[in-house]
Amino acid sequence: MDMIFLIDLSVIKPDFGLIAWTTAIFVIFWWLMAKFAFRPIMEALKKRESDIQNSLDDAKRTREEMAQLKAKNEELLAQAREERALILKEAKDAGTSIVEEAKEKAKIEAQKIVANAKEQIENQKMAAMIELKNQVGTMALDIAEKVLQKELKGDTAQESFVSGLVKDIKLN
Amino acid sequence: MRRYTLTFIFSLFLTAFLFAQNHGEHSSNGSHSEGSTEEHHTEVLCGEEVDHDFDPGKTAFHHVSDQNIYTIGPVSIPLPCILYVPGEGLHTFSSGKFEIGHHGNGHKAVDRFVLVEGTVKRISDPSFPTGEVEISGFIPKVETGQDGKEKDVVYVCHNEKLYLAESKSTADGGMFGGGITSFYDFSITKNVVSMLIVFALLAWMFISIANAYKKREGQAPKGLQSFIEPIFLFIQDEVAKPFIGARWEQYLPFLQTLFFFILGLNLFGQIPFLGGSNVTGNLAFTGVLALFTFFVVNFSGNKHYWEHIFWMPGAPAWVKLILTPVEFLGIFIKPFTLMLRLAANITAGHIVIVVFVSLIFVFGKGQVAPSLGTGIGSTLLTMFMMSIELLVAFIQAFVFTLLTASYIGAATEEAHH
Repeated sequence: MDMIFLIDLSVIKPDFGLIAWTTAIFVIFWWLMAKFAFRPIMEALKKRESDIQNSLDDAKRTREEMAQLKAKNEELLAQAREERALILKEAKDAGTSIVEEAKEKAKIEAQKIVANAKEQIENQKMAAMIELKNQVGTMALDIAEKVLQKELKGDTAQESFVSGLVKDIKLN
Repeated sequence: MRRYTLTFIFSLFLTAFLFAQNHGEHSSNGSHSEGSTEEHHTEVLCGEEVDHDFDPGKTAFHHVSDQNIYTIGPVSIPLPCILYVPGEGLHTFSSGKFEIGHHGNGHKAVDRFVLVEGTVKRISDPSFPTGEVEISGFIPKVETGQDGKEKDVVYVCHNEKLYLAESKSTADGGMFGGGITSFYDFSITKNVVSMLIVFALLAWMFISIANAYKKREGQAPKGLQSFIEPIFLFIQDEVAKPFIGARWEQYLPFLQTLFFFILGLNLFGQIPFLGGSNVTGNLAFTGVLALFTFFVVNFSGNKHYWEHIFWMPGAPAWVKLILTPVEFLGIFIKPFTLMLRLAANITAGHIVIVVFVSLIFVFGKGQVAPSLGTGIGSTLLTMFMMSIELLVAFIQAFVFTLLTASYIGAATEEAHH
């Protein structure tokens, strides 16, 4: 009763009970694992994979953007420098031209003033001359009057004088 | 070094001891005491004296079979029996009721059922009493059936009379000596218990891993999670994606289920001193898995797939006449090979290990010196074989999954002419 006496390879004879139990256990296992383990794990792994990819892409993009930004900054800086130089030059030029202009203007003004002054001096001089001439004329007349008054105290003198004058006029 | 030597010697003795408990000494039980460890065992059965040698083949076959008890070393754990007899109905009771003796042979018959070699058999003779009945032993015989084939049968001794014990119904259609008998066994057997244990372990493991992904979102994997992730990703990236193509996501849970269930059971069966259940080596188990593959593949089959089976485009008509039957048979042969490959590989592994351990009893012949000598050699061989079996456990789970993926891939592939 304690021995082994059967040459019976039972594993090649599929047993209905084991078939039924295997089917039941496998179906439940499949459903349970798919719902609560394999799908969630798959989704988590997929999400992580895409997260990692996104992070890498982001990093790359950021790096590129940084590089671009840097290049742009440098360009801007260079541009600014150039502009500054230009502005400085322009300012210098403008300064010079303003000074020149001012100088010119001042010169012209000065010349004008000088010309005006000259004119005025001339005018004054003329006025003075006329005045002087008038004065001298008056004085001469006065003197002449006085002289004449003295000399022409007789009629004869007067007549000779007038005739002398008339002679002069005729000659003129 | 010392530690390793100790471990080695310890494992050597443990192997030899546990094996001896089971198979070497056929020591006494009850009335016919025979404490001999001689080459020949002489036992009194039903009043007859029976001589028999230690047979490693029989031992191995016994080891790989499914049983109604769970044996760990010298301890036999009874399991629930659910037996269906057409016309009589269900019988449910614990296999402990058989009063399990050595080798899983029961001392009692329960409702005409007996326990032989850990497997339930039924006495269909109506003259045998129902209820719990004391039996005095089993007599193995080789009979020639009506078809001329020799068949191993077992007789039960009761009251000096012999009754034929019928095996349970099997689905092999008589091809391997089975077929439909007077009863069906839907018991929670050793294999079912192993499946439930592996189910529970894997479910706990994977659900906690899935929760870890939820809880530790955006963080690096840790612990169990980082242990399983490469394996999971291997199936996903090296099996599902390249073999199935665009629709891999739909089939990934099925592939992962197949892979981890097979792997878990392969490994569970290899744990020493834990019953060594041979679930993935059983055709019933692999057959069910192959059937699932068959359904998944053929329900996914598109127009292109069926066209290539029934009317291969681009082939001349006479070639089509040859190709169509071949392709049609291929639908069934593919899952059939899946079933055979896995079962054969795992069963072979279990048998080889049992046979290597059996060498101790074949050459040792019950004496101490040769037993110890062969013991060292066979332990080394067994350790070597077990490491190979560890590899086989992974490879066979992988191959089953890979081929399933490639069949699904072929069935869902879009036309590319």
